[in-house]
Amino acid sequence: MVLVGEPVEEVQSAAMTFLAPCGASADPTSRLGLSSLLCDMVLRGAGPRDGRALINDLEILGVERGESVGISQTSFSAATVASNLNEALNIYADILRRPHLPEDQLEAGKQVCRQEIRGVDDEPAQRLMVELRRRAYPEPWGRPSQGTLAGISDSTLSDLRKHWSHTYRPNGAILGVAGNFQWERLVEQVESLFADWQSVETASIAESPPAASDPHVPHDSNQCHIGIAFPSVPYRHPDYLRAWAAVGILSGGMSSRLFTEVRERRGLCYTVNASLHTQLDRACVLCYAGTTAERAQETLDVTFAELVRLGQGVEQAELDRLKARIKSGLIMQQESTAARSGAIARDWRHLGRIRTLDELGRLVDELTSGDINEFLEAHPPSNFTFATLGPQPLELPRAVS
Amino acid sequence: MQFRSHTLENGLEIVAECNDAAHSLGVGFFVRTGARDETDEISGVSHFLEHMVFKGTPRRSADDVNREFDELGAHYNAFTTEESTVYYAAVLPESQQASVDLLVDIMRPSLREEDFLMEKKVILEEIQMYADQPPFGMDDKIKQLHYGDHPLARSVLGTLETVRALSVDQMHAYFESRYSPNNLFIAAAGRVDFEALVDQVAGLCGDWQRQPVGRELPPPTGHSTFQSVHRSTATQQYLLQLADAPASEDEDRYAAKLLATMLGDDSGSRMYWALVDPGLVESASLGHYEYQGAGMFFTWVSCPPEAAQANFQRIVQLQQQAEAEGFQAEELQQAQSKVKARVVLGSERPRNRLFNVGGNWLQRGEYRSVADDLAAVEAVTLEDVQRVLTQYPLTRNTMVTIGPLCEWAQPA
Repeated sequence: MVLVGEPVEEVQSAAMTFLAPCGASADPTSRLGLSSLLCDMVLRGAGPRDGRALINDLEILGVERGESVGISQTSFSAATVASNLNEALNIYADILRRPHLPEDQLEAGKQVCRQEIRGVDDEPAQRLMVELRRRAYPEPWGRPSQGTLAGISDSTLSDLRKHWSHTYRPNGAILGVAGNFQWERLVEQVESLFADWQSVETASIAESPPAASDPHVPHDSNQCHIGIAFPSVPYRHPDYLRAWAAVGILSGGMSSRLFTEVRERRGLCYTVNASLHTQLDRACVLCYAGTTAERAQETLDVTFAELVRLGQGVEQAELDRLKARIKSGLIMQQESTAARSGAIARDWRHLGRIRTLDELGRLVDELTSGDINEFLEAHPPSNFTFATLGPQPLELPRAVS
Repeated sequence: MQFRSHTLENGLEIVAECNDAAHSLGVGFFVRTGARDETDEISGVSHFLEHMVFKGTPRRSADDVNREFDELGAHYNAFTTEESTVYYAAVLPESQQASVDLLVDIMRPSLREEDFLMEKKVILEEIQMYADQPPFGMDDKIKQLHYGDHPLARSVLGTLETVRALSVDQMHAYFESRYSPNNLFIAAAGRVDFEALVDQVAGLCGDWQRQPVGRELPPPTGHSTFQSVHRSTATQQYLLQLADAPASEDEDRYAAKLLATMLGDDSGSRMYWALVDPGLVESASLGHYEYQGAGMFFTWVSCPPEAAQANFQRIVQLQQQAEAEGFQAEELQQAQSKVKARVVLGSERPRNRLFNVGGNWLQRGEYRSVADDLAAVEAVTLEDVQRVLTQYPLTRNTMVTIGPLCEWAQPA
C-alpha cells in the first residue's frame, strides 16, 4: 500500500481518497455486481462499530463521503475539517480491514444494489453509455460496475468474504491525502493502521472480445441517444497529453468543435460531448449526443463527421484556448482538497509517481499544435463503435458498417 | 476576507467578498428575474433569454462570445430559476478585467432573430430531454397543483407550445422590462481587485437606464392535493411531495435546513435508516428550498412500483412521528456537525462563495460571512425545529406519483 500526500497550509480542510484494487473486472462472471455489493456491505459495520454507529460517527466528524466502484478499483473518498482527519482515517482503516459483512444485512445490501440497477433503466443517457462501453471494450473492461440482477441475487456471504479477502489488500492499494495536515504525523498513523496488512497473490484477468450485439437498443422516448467510441491511449502512455488535448479541442469549452457544429450552428441538440475515458492499459474516446428522433440521423452524421475531421489536425488558436482553460483549471484544482486527494491517488496508480501541478502546467505549455497533429496523423480516429438508444435505429456511417 | 459594496447612480450594485489568499475569483451578474415574473403567454422566456444572452452583442458575434470566454480560460455558465437568472465565470486574477468586460457586454445582447430561431431548437431539445428523465415533468406538475395560480407555480423551461409560440419581439420587451440596472447586480468573490471592478463597471454600465421594475408577491396559499400519473415505460415508481416551508427572509430557514437534514438527508437521516439502508428504495430525501415569500419542503422517493404504497406509508409515519415527538439532541448535534463541515468545505472555492454572496444579496440584500452561517447553524435548538414543524407540517402536502402503477389507493 502506498501513501501519497500533499500538505496545504492555508486551508481548513483535509481530504483523503483510498483506492482499493477491487473493481467490476474482478467480479466472477456468475456474480456480476459482487464488487458493488461488497462496497455497500463494508459500510454495514466495521471494527468496534455496527453500521449505524459507523455512519453516525463519520457524520459527527463532519465527513463528506463518497464511494464508487470502477472497473478496477473501489474508491472511498472523505473530506472534512482538518482537525478530524486522523479520527476519520481510523474509521476507514476499520472499513477496509475489519468489515463485519453481517449476514443479517446481506439482503438489505442486495436490495440497495438492485435498486441501483433498476434506476439506470429510467435514465436513457446513462443506459446508452453503459451499452456503448460494453460494445467498445473487450470483456471484462466494458462492464457496468452495478452488475446484473442475477449476479447480485446469486452472491452469497461466502462469495463476499472471499472477494473481500482477495481484493481489499495492500498490494495495489493507494491512499491519497491533501489539505491541512502534518506529513510525519500522518505517516506514523498510517504505519500503525496498515503496516501489518498482508499482501495477497493476485491472478491476472483474462480478456475476450466484446460480444457482438446490435448497435440499436429500442427505447420508448422523445429523444434518441447516440454514442460513438474510438480507441485512444491511456493516461500513462507518452502520447496521452496529445490525445487528451485533441479531445479537448473536440469537446471542451463552448468554442469547441462539437458544441459549435452540432449545437450552435445547427441547433441539433442540447447535450453533445466527448471525453477521453482512460483505464490503466487501454482507453477510449466516448462521445454522446441526445436529440429528438426526427433529427437523430443528422445529429449522428454531423457528429461523426467532426470525429473524422479531427484526424485532419487542429489549429494553433484552438490549442491556445484549450491551454488557457487547462491552466486555470489546474490552478482552481488547488482550491479543492477533495479534488487534489483524488488526483494524486490516481496519478500514483497510473504513473507510479505524482505529477505536480507545476509539472503538468509546464507539459501543457510545451504542447504545440504540431505535436497534436503528428499524433492525429499516426492515430486518426478510427475503428468506431456505435450505440443508439431510442424509438428507431439509425443508419450508421458506411465506412464502418 | 473583506466585504465591499458600491452602488452606481443608476442603481446597479456591486458586491464582493475579497480574499487575498484565494488563487482565483468568481464574478457574475445576478438578475432578479425568473419564471415567477412571466405570464402564461411568455412562459419559458427567462430561461430562453438566458441562452440568448450568449448569442452575441453589437460588439460580438455568438462565436466571439464563446471563443473569448474560452481564451480567458474561464469556467463559465448560467442558470435560471423561479426567481433569478445568474451568469458567472470563474477565472484567474489576471483575467478579471477581460471577463468583466465580456460579462457586461453580454448583459446587453442583440437578440438577433436568426440566432433566436436557431436557439429555439436547442431549447425545444432541452425540454424533451427533461421530459424523458425522472421525474418525467412531475416537478413542474407538483408546483402547479400546490400553488395553483400563484407565480411560483410557473415552469422554468416553459412548454413546447409556449416556447414554439414565443417571438423575438416578446423577448425584447421582457428583456427591456427586467434587465434594468436596478433589477440586477454584480457579485464577486475570491481574489477580487474591488477598486478596479468598480471603476470598470461604472465606466461600462453607468449609462444603463433605470426602469420602473418590481415583482408581484401575492401570498401563496398552498393546496393539499394528490395525483397519480401512469407511465408504463418507467421501471421505478417516483413519489414527490411538496409542503410549505420557511421563506428566504424567515430566520427559521436554518431550523428548516436542519430539520430536512435530520429527517431526510441522503445519509444518516431518519429516512435514510428507514428506507435507503434496508434497500426499500433507490433514493429518499427531503430538501428545503427558499424563495421570496415562500419556502418548499420537497420530498423525493424512487422505488420499485410494488413497494411504493408501503414506502409511502412509512414516510407518512416518519413525518407524523417527527411532528408529534420531535427529534433527539444527538440527532440535532449530528446534523449541525454535518452542515457546518459542508459550509467550511464549500467555502474553499471562490466560485462557491460567489453563489453564497450573490444568493444572500439576491434574497435578502445582506452579506453573510462563513462565520455568520456557522453561528446560525450552531444556534438552532430543538424548539426551533419543533416550531417549524408546527407551523409547516410536512403531512400537509401536495403529492404526485408517476410510474408503472395504474392505480394508487388514495391516501387517507
